[in-house]
Amino acid sequence: MKRHQALKIIAENLKKSDLVISTTGMISRELFSTGERKGNFYMVGSMGLATPVALGITLANPWKKVISVEGDGSILLNLGIISLAAFLKPKNLLIVVLDNEVYASTGGQPTISPKVNLEKIAQSAGFRNTKKVETNNSFRNSLKKFLKNKGPSFLLTKVDKSQLEDVLRVSLTPEQIRDRFQKVCHQKP
Amino acid sequence: MISSIFFWSTLKKNKFRFFSGVPCSILKPVLNNLPKDITYIKAIREDSALGVVSGAYLAGKKSGILIQNSGLGNIINPLTSFNLVYKIPVLLIITWRGYRGKDAPEHLIMGKIMNDFLKIMKIPYKIISRDFAKQVKWADREMKNKRIPVALILKKGIVQ
Repeated sequence: MKRHQALKIIAENLKKSDLVISTTGMISRELFSTGERKGNFYMVGSMGLATPVALGITLANPWKKVISVEGDGSILLNLGIISLAAFLKPKNLLIVVLDNEVYASTGGQPTISPKVNLEKIAQSAGFRNTKKVETNNSFRNSLKKFLKNKGPSFLLTKVDKSQLEDVLRVSLTPEQIRDRFQKVCHQKP
Repeated sequence: MISSIFFWSTLKKNKFRFFSGVPCSILKPVLNNLPKDITYIKAIREDSALGVVSGAYLAGKKSGILIQNSGLGNIINPLTSFNLVYKIPVLLIITWRGYRGKDAPEHLIMGKIMNDFLKIMKIPYKIISRDFAKQVKWADREMKNKRIPVALILKKGIVQ
């Protein structure tokens, strides 16, 4: 499946009050292009920080669904966060890893993800639900299930290396992203 | 000298109740006397601690990290590409190992340059003294006005 299709499916299956933190680079740009919503927090830097920020929100607002969208490169950069999330076990956390096996934003250099079983790592760390999917349908089904079920959940999604044509740059300022996101943070579901 | 009870009650008085961090021996009296109404997340790295408390801030909690100055190296990137960019103010309580060159060798370089790091990043800071109550108020005000992280530096033996 294509990465931008996965991002579109995520946006289509969320309530207005659900929150998304998307990692820096192409993932945030494609999410902005295909699934723009006020509850999206587009990271512009700080690779590896999307899940820690998502985790902090789940702990402070246990009634909010929080989805952290990582790439294979960004989750590998801060693999330790999987053990912290599993230890804390927030019911409202879902990590989606869009794994294309390359650092796409910097020119497609290969990552080590083909030889690392990220789903098993999350499972043995203690995530309640884990799954590896490769097609649009299985992605949609698992996403729906994990959004409903008690977390923490980890959805490893194999995507191809293609990129959305005419992908936009995030045109909001970081402070605009923060302010509108904070408003959604305080909305009851 | 201040007590760990005073340390925490001052932070609570200013509504800081959500913390994360990585331990340091200087923080022992602080971390070994955590009040029940303080949330403390045992982070795996200082940058993740900063991310977690930043998320809590976005969700409406006043928050901070407690780390050793060796971990300042680990939070330079999140500070410069996240907190200072999105203007996300959290309290940084950083210990000062290597103060005046009297410490184990691994602490001497960071002990000498940590304040310069903060100055270059334009992060306001104060060294924690018996004026802690005033210093936390000051930090709180700076964070509200500038919407950036503010640091309070903790030397050995100040909190008992």
